[in-house]
Amino acid sequence: MNEYVFFQRALSPWMNEEGPDSDIVLSSRIRLARNMKQYSFPTVFTNEEAMQIVQLFEQLFSQRRLGHIGPFFLLKMNELQSIEKRVLVEKHLISPHLAEDCTFGACLLSEQEEASIMINEEDHIRIQCLFAGFQLKEALKMANALDDWIEQHVDYAFDEKYGYLTSCPTNVGTGLRASVMMHLPGLVLTQQINQVIPAINQLGLVVRGTYGEGSEALGNIFQISNQITLGKSEEDIVEDLTGVVRQLIEQERMAREALVKTSNIQLEDRVYRSYGVLTNSRIIGSKEAAQCLSDVRLGIDLGYITNVPKTILTELMILTQPGFLQKYAGGALRPQERDVRRASLIRERLYQWK
Amino acid sequence: MICQECNQRPATLHFTKIVNGEKTEIHLCEQCAHEKGEMFMFPHQGAFSINNLIAGLLNMDASLKEPKAPSFHNEHILQCEHCKMTYAQFVKVGRFGCASCYETFRTYLPPIFRRLHGGHVAHEGKIPKRVGGTLYVRKQIGQLKQMLQELIAKEQFEKAAEVRDQIRELETKLNAEGGA
Repeated sequence: MNEYVFFQRALSPWMNEEGPDSDIVLSSRIRLARNMKQYSFPTVFTNEEAMQIVQLFEQLFSQRRLGHIGPFFLLKMNELQSIEKRVLVEKHLISPHLAEDCTFGACLLSEQEEASIMINEEDHIRIQCLFAGFQLKEALKMANALDDWIEQHVDYAFDEKYGYLTSCPTNVGTGLRASVMMHLPGLVLTQQINQVIPAINQLGLVVRGTYGEGSEALGNIFQISNQITLGKSEEDIVEDLTGVVRQLIEQERMAREALVKTSNIQLEDRVYRSYGVLTNSRIIGSKEAAQCLSDVRLGIDLGYITNVPKTILTELMILTQPGFLQKYAGGALRPQERDVRRASLIRERLYQWK
Repeated sequence: MICQECNQRPATLHFTKIVNGEKTEIHLCEQCAHEKGEMFMFPHQGAFSINNLIAGLLNMDASLKEPKAPSFHNEHILQCEHCKMTYAQFVKVGRFGCASCYETFRTYLPPIFRRLHGGHVAHEGKIPKRVGGTLYVRKQIGQLKQMLQELIAKEQFEKAAEVRDQIRELETKLNAEGGA
């Protein structure tokens, strides 16, 4: 396989699988933060240390596989073009921080893109596993396996009392961040989301937009994750998040049902109007596109639209981000040009299913 | 939502300030936020980073600040020997410099962790097999002992006997390692 594939395809292979509860939970993610004992953390390490670490990981894991995961490809940030890095960010394979600020950052990416190990981000090692639908436990299992694999070769910074030592005190202990990406148009349309978010926050969980901290919830997609990493076992953290997500799924289903019951024709109208906009517009901004894609996806879930596959929301949400658009166009685009490109790309894709 | 400062531009930055349990919400446009100095702008994409928030948190409590030298050495500064980070720097950036910093600043960490992690101060999760050393085995023994109690309560004595043997085996292993 050629590593260019990572920048070409918008849907990671794992996204094509239909996970449990995938009408509401788009994806599940587990991230483990780890550091090595003998090196300073990335916030203060020297360039030499940074290069040594990348070299070490290249030797140990590049082109290797663990069971059915892999082989892993090592991508060095300083060898990638900025558009390529952006594409990886848009696919959630690396963080914006790694792409923009980490000169000596690197990433070990598995062929199927379900596992990504970021190197020299805020911590030396960040293991990330992504699964389609609601599969937090499966993702944790894979992350643990990768963690054990790495631990056979490197000495982790670990303390009896504080657990895995991390650069930021908010990650200490398990170093675990579990998160799910949820499509919640029903709760948004019925305006329940405004009560739901503060309630979730009170439970020690965080609700954010699609692209992490400070980002807006484009296309009614919300990311929910744990805040606390110390004092709870990995299983308990995942269990707590799972419980809340279960309830949210329940509430979202009820909201959708109520909408269908009380305003079926209005909802159908809304779905088809959005479908009309996507299939006909010549200029479309990312916000409008996201909203329309959300409506169409809801239309698919409710059975109004049957000719378009479910993955269209995830795929087009990623494909119409600035990085991907420019990758497709083969160069930098001004915002207006992007809107034109975005519109034509969406039209093309949807035309396929007509 | 309109910016509450200029009442003209749309508010793009939303803050929630919690001071002594009192919550205030602030909605500003980028320009007014700059003028008010309510936010910390970073060169890239104007994202403002969590470590500033943490630094704020660490600074909030006067008792957490750089401790005055407790003993004879008046100019003593708490500094990590490995990466040279001082406690003052740690408080400022909100990031540890290396694993040894945890050791150097150990006495000051519990209140910080308690605040960040909902009152917790000790790790309850996974232990690395190699680096964790005997801790890994000790934790396994703990889990088995709990299982043993449950089995006895359920009167499943045959299984309990198996678990008891496993515990003994691990304990012998532990003692052998401890003695070596």
